[in-house]
Amino acid sequence: MSSETAVHGPIGTDGADIRKTAMWAFLGSECLFFGSFIATFLLYSDETNGGPGTELFDIPFTSVSSFVLLMSSLTMVLAHNAYEREDKRQMRIWLVATALLGTVFLGGQVFEFTTFYAEGLRMDISPFGSAFFVLTGFHGAHVAIGVIMLTSMVIMSRRGNLHSHRGMNVELVGLYWHFVDIVWIVIFTVVYLLQV
Amino acid sequence: MATLTPEVLDTEEPGSHEATGGLWSWITTVDHKRIGLMYGGTAMFFFLLGGIEALFIRLQLAVPDGTVLTSDQYNQLFTMHGTTMVFLVIMPLAAAFGNYLLPLMIGARDVAFPRMNAMSYWVFLFGGIFLSSSFFLGGFPDGGWFGYAPLSTQSEVIRMDFWAIGLLILGIASLAGAVNFTTTIFTMRAPGMSMFKMPVFVWMQLVVAFLLLFSLPVITVALFEVLFDRNFGTLFFDPAAGGDPILYQHLFWLFGHPEVYILILPSMGIISEVLPVFSRKPLFGYQFVVFAGAAIALLGFGVWSHHMFTSGLGPVAESAFSLTTMFIAVPTGIKIFNWIGTTWGGKISLKTPMLFSLGFIAMFTIGGLSGVTHAVVPADTQQTDTYYVVAHFHYVLFGGAMFGIFAGIYYWWPKISGRYLSETLGKWHFWLMLLGFNLTFAPQHWLGLQGMARRTAVYPPDIGLDTLNMVSTIGAFTIAVSMLPFLYAMFVNSRKGLAAPADAWDGRTLEWSISSPPPHHNFHEVPHVEAIDDFWHQKYGEDEEGRAVRIKTFPEPSRYTDEYIHLPSPSYYPIMLAAGLVLMAYGFVFAPLGIPLFVIGALVLFGGAFGWAQEDPDHPMGDHADHHADAHEGTETGDEAQAGADASGDVSSDDVSSEDVKTGEVEVAADESGGDDV
Repeated sequence: MSSETAVHGPIGTDGADIRKTAMWAFLGSECLFFGSFIATFLLYSDETNGGPGTELFDIPFTSVSSFVLLMSSLTMVLAHNAYEREDKRQMRIWLVATALLGTVFLGGQVFEFTTFYAEGLRMDISPFGSAFFVLTGFHGAHVAIGVIMLTSMVIMSRRGNLHSHRGMNVELVGLYWHFVDIVWIVIFTVVYLLQV
Repeated sequence: MATLTPEVLDTEEPGSHEATGGLWSWITTVDHKRIGLMYGGTAMFFFLLGGIEALFIRLQLAVPDGTVLTSDQYNQLFTMHGTTMVFLVIMPLAAAFGNYLLPLMIGARDVAFPRMNAMSYWVFLFGGIFLSSSFFLGGFPDGGWFGYAPLSTQSEVIRMDFWAIGLLILGIASLAGAVNFTTTIFTMRAPGMSMFKMPVFVWMQLVVAFLLLFSLPVITVALFEVLFDRNFGTLFFDPAAGGDPILYQHLFWLFGHPEVYILILPSMGIISEVLPVFSRKPLFGYQFVVFAGAAIALLGFGVWSHHMFTSGLGPVAESAFSLTTMFIAVPTGIKIFNWIGTTWGGKISLKTPMLFSLGFIAMFTIGGLSGVTHAVVPADTQQTDTYYVVAHFHYVLFGGAMFGIFAGIYYWWPKISGRYLSETLGKWHFWLMLLGFNLTFAPQHWLGLQGMARRTAVYPPDIGLDTLNMVSTIGAFTIAVSMLPFLYAMFVNSRKGLAAPADAWDGRTLEWSISSPPPHHNFHEVPHVEAIDDFWHQKYGEDEEGRAVRIKTFPEPSRYTDEYIHLPSPSYYPIMLAAGLVLMAYGFVFAPLGIPLFVIGALVLFGGAFGWAQEDPDHPMGDHADHHADAHEGTETGDEAQAGADASGDVSSDDVSSEDVKTGEVEVAADESGGDDV
C-alpha cells in the first residue's frame, strides 16, 4: 500500500500503462476543445464592434509570462526525472517550483485581464472581447487545475502516500502540464503574435 | 485495474448482478454489467418518454389546422423529442451494450476504470432528469434539437439554459465513457486477442469512442458560447455586434455529423455479431467491415457542411462537401454488401434477432440512399427543413439504429437473464414495428418533396398533404402498439421464458463461453484467444468440403468458482459527484435565487471528488471483511466504515485516483459555468 517504489502503474495486455492511455485519450479530446475556441477567436479577431482591439496587447509583458510558463515545463521535466530516480526531496522541490511558475503565470493573466477591463476591452463589448476572454480564461482554468494537482502531489508525497501503482502520479500530471503549456504556445502565437 | 490481477485476494459473493440485492448495492456498484443494465433500463424509459412526445406531434399533424397543441407546446415537444431520442436514448443504449458486453467480449473482468464508469451512468441519469424536469420548471426547451443561435441565445426564458447545460452534463458522461472504453479496448484484451481478432462490435465501440473524444469537445465549445451569450453578455452569436450565427452552425454540425455515426455504428456492430450467428457463417470480409467503420469515422469529420448547404457557403465549399458526402456512401455500401455476403448461402435461422438485423439492412439502405440525395446541392436546397429530411434520418436512426438495438436486446437477453425472450411476441414486435415504421416515415418522403416544412405546427387543408399525414399518424400509433408485445415480453413473460444455456445461440464470441447470467467476475480463468471467433473454432472444425463439424462440446459452465477473484470495491462517491454536479446546474439556472443551491452542489461535488481521491479502489481491508461475511450487506457496511474512516481521519491510504483527471475536468466545467454567477 505505502510503497512508492515501483515507478510504473498497472500494465495492460499491450504493455501500456492504462492510466497513461486514458490521459492521452483525454488530452486528444482537449485538442479539439481548444481548437474550437481558437477557431472562434480567429473568426472574430477583427470584430471589435467599435471597441478596443489587438492594439491593447502588451507583447513584451505577455512574452515574459509565456516564458515563465514555458520554464515551468522545464521544472516539470526535472520533477519527473527526480521521480524516476526516486529522489523524493528533489522531486518535491521541482514540483513546488512548477506550481509557483504556474501561479506567476496566472497572476500575470489576472493583471492583464484587469488592465484590459480598465482600458475598455470587456467580454460583453465585442465578439473579439468575448472570444479573447473566454479562450484565455478557459486556458487559465486549466493552468489553475494543474497547479492544484501539483500541490496535491507535493502534499501527498510529504505524507508518504503518493502511490505509483494507482491514481494520479507525477508522470500523468506532467503529461497534463506539458499539454497545457503547448496549448499556450499556440494561443500566444495565434492570438497575440500573429494579430499585432 | 485490479481486474488485471486475478490473484487470490477475495471475491464478492459469487453471484451475478441479481444475486446480490438491495438498492444500496446498485447505487454503489462498479460492476460493468449492472451499470450496463441501469444504462439500458434508463434509456428505455426515456425511449417511451420520447415516443409519447412523438405521438403528440403526430396527433397534432394528423389533420390540417391541428388543434391538439399550441405552437408553443409543439415547439417544446419536437425539441425534446429530438434531444431525448439522440442524447437520452440511442447514445446511452449504445453505452449500455458497450458496458455490458465489452469486457465479456474481450475476456476482461471489468472496464479499465470501474468507478469512472459508474460516474458516467449517474451523470447521464441526473443529466437526463435535469433536462426533462424543465417541463415542470417553465417548459421544455423549444429551440430545436440543434439549438441554432441566435434563436437559442435570444429568448428570455430559461428553457434553452436547461438545454445547453443538460447537454454539457450529458457530454461529461459520454466523454468519461469514451475515455474508459478506449482504454479498456486498448489495454485489457485477453492474452492473444490482437486488434484484428476482436469482435466487430468491439471495433465499432472503439470507433465510436474516438468519434466521441473528438466531436464532443466541439459541441462543448458551442454550448459554452451559447450559455455565455445567454448569461454573461458575450456576443458570440449576435449579428448586430459582428457575431456570426454561421459559426454556431459549423460548430454544431462538426459535432453533429460525427454524432450520427456515433448513433449508428454501435448498431452496425451489433448486427455484425448477429448475422454470422444466425447464418452459421463467419462475417464476410471482417477486415473490410472494420476498415469501413474506421473510414466512416474519418470521413464523418469532413462532411458536416452538407447540413448547411442553404446557409450560403459559396460554390467551392459546397462542391467539396458535396463530394465528401458522396464518398462516405462508399464505406457504408461496403458494409451493406458484406452483411448481405454474410447471409448469402448461409443456413439462415429467422429468429427475432435475425429479423431485426435484416430489417436494419433494408431500412438503413433506404435511409442511406435518401442520404446520398442530400449530397446533390440543388436537390438538397429543395429538401432542407422539409419532411424529406425527417423521413431520411428516421430511416437511418429508427430503421437503422433502433432496429439494431432491438436485435441486440433479443440476441443478448438470454445471456443477461438466463432466459430466452418469447419468439412469438418478438415476431409480433418486429412485424408490427416494421409495418408501423414504414407507414409513419415512408409518406414523409412525399410530404417533404411536396414542400411540407418540418417544425411547423399546422398546415392548411386542401394542398395535398392531408392523406399522407393521416397515414403517417396511423403508422406512429402502430409503432406504439408494437411496443406492447415487447414490454410484455420483457416485464411479464420473461420470467416464464425458456431457460437459456450458456451458449444460447451456438455463438461465436467469448461471452457465450460463460454462464448465463454471467458470473460476477465474468471469467473464472482469463481466456486465451487464438483466432477471430475463437469460441466457435474451439467448438467446430472443418471436414474435407469445408463444412463446419462439431469437434467439441463444452459442459454447461458454472456461475460459481471456488477460487477467490479480486474485484474492485463498490463506491458511493460516483453518485455523490454526479449529484453535486446536477445541483450546481439547477443552482445556475435559477441564479441569483439558486446560488445557495449552486454552492451546496459545489460542496457535494468537492466532497465526492475528495472522497473518491482518498478511497482505495481495492480496499484490501473491506474486501477481507467481505470475504468472511456471508451476507452482502456485511460488505457494504465494512466499506462504508472504511471509507468514512479514510475521509474523516488522517489521510492514510490516499492517492488522487486516475479517475480524478475527469473529476478535475468536471470541476472546471461546472466552475466555469457558474463562476461569474456567484
